[in-house]
Amino acid sequence: MKSHLTFELNGEATETFCEPRQSLLEVLRDELKLTGSKEGCNNGNCGACSVLLDGRVVNSCIVFGLEAQGRKVTTIEGLAEGGTLHPLQQKFLEHAALQCGICTPGFLVAAKALLDVHPHPTEAQARAWLAGNLCRCTGYDKIIRAVLDAAPSASGGK
Amino acid sequence: MLPAFEYRSPLSVEEALELLAKYREDVKVLAGGHSLIPAMKQGEVCPKVLLDLRRMAGLSAIDPFEDGGLRIGALVTHRDLEISELARGRSPLLAEVASQVGDAQVRNFGTLVGSVCQADPASDYPAALLALEAQVVVASPRGERSVPVEGFIQGAFETALEPDELVLAIDVPRSWARTAAYVRVRHVASGFALAGVAAQILVEDGRIASARIGVTGVAERAFRLAVIEEQLLGREPLPGAFAEMIRGVALGREILSDGAASAEYRSHLADVCTARALRKAISRIGV
Repeated sequence: MKSHLTFELNGEATETFCEPRQSLLEVLRDELKLTGSKEGCNNGNCGACSVLLDGRVVNSCIVFGLEAQGRKVTTIEGLAEGGTLHPLQQKFLEHAALQCGICTPGFLVAAKALLDVHPHPTEAQARAWLAGNLCRCTGYDKIIRAVLDAAPSASGGK
Repeated sequence: MLPAFEYRSPLSVEEALELLAKYREDVKVLAGGHSLIPAMKQGEVCPKVLLDLRRMAGLSAIDPFEDGGLRIGALVTHRDLEISELARGRSPLLAEVASQVGDAQVRNFGTLVGSVCQADPASDYPAALLALEAQVVVASPRGERSVPVEGFIQGAFETALEPDELVLAIDVPRSWARTAAYVRVRHVASGFALAGVAAQILVEDGRIASARIGVTGVAERAFRLAVIEEQLLGREPLPGAFAEMIRGVALGREILSDGAASAEYRSHLADVCTARALRKAISRIGV
């Protein structure tokens, strides 16, 4: 039996129906057709499914969809504004901070959570905050450089 | 998708206890779900009924006791503990451990109480909770009871919780907050503790007046170093002064041995972490 679910998704009031057994990731991808969040391990280890729940980064594969009831969810689809990429997205391109790309949406969302709390992170902070996101291609260096480089423009020069 | 289950989200403790009494072993309790949902995905547990605590009032709070202690509700996440001014002020040891659990995603949704109920022998918290002499607050149709964490955790993934009981909170008594430390060696991939030691000492008139040391990750359940706690009494708190008493602190116990670390290595790490935790706690005297 499906339950009624209402929440704020990328700034817009959203309602859908889901089964209690569906993860938030399954609700986003299968019910709402937002396929930007990726299913990697599907077990809370790799971070590819990272979304923000009330501003905090979570693994949407091990959070039930119903847990989002009445809360705010931000996915990778909510990062760009209109046709303008978020500074993190722009810097990931400039630094070639991806290869296969499966982990990228999760990294971008997790990095946004970092910059929202620490607008000017140290490298150590960036590495600690992104430790829950796995990348098998880049070796992480380019990702960290892109995040640190994006910080000034993401914080609006503050 | 997971196999179907009946989803219940009670609004009160009474309602939750009725469901537990009715379904007993068939029900699993959901707080953060960061142990439960992965286990369900692996097919290790397959509950008929899922009891979600999310809508129950009061379980998300960190409440102060007048005497300086804290009550930490069943829905309080690791991140809540890490950033709570109240928790950081009154129990910096617990906040320090919370900041080291898992990764950012896990800390944002996983809970202290859930972690304790999971009773993973490699969990970080039990070391600190033993050193802090914390109590688990348990509700059942027979009323409420408090169980010391030391007795609540009975073995690897085993607790003293009865099927009709629900953990509402963990109480942390007033502690000697500023002279405590947690030191661990974590498994590189999983992040779980191969050995972790929490120590808190009380210094009066330049001498150690009381000491509490908890060890996790080494045996099937966390344990206190009662002998060393005793030996430290009356000693001067000098960094690195206690090397002679920290030899084989885990000996005499059934030490875990697996692909991550042999029993011999874990035993060695227990000594190393004990020495470092004491040194770090002592270094914080007067800070």
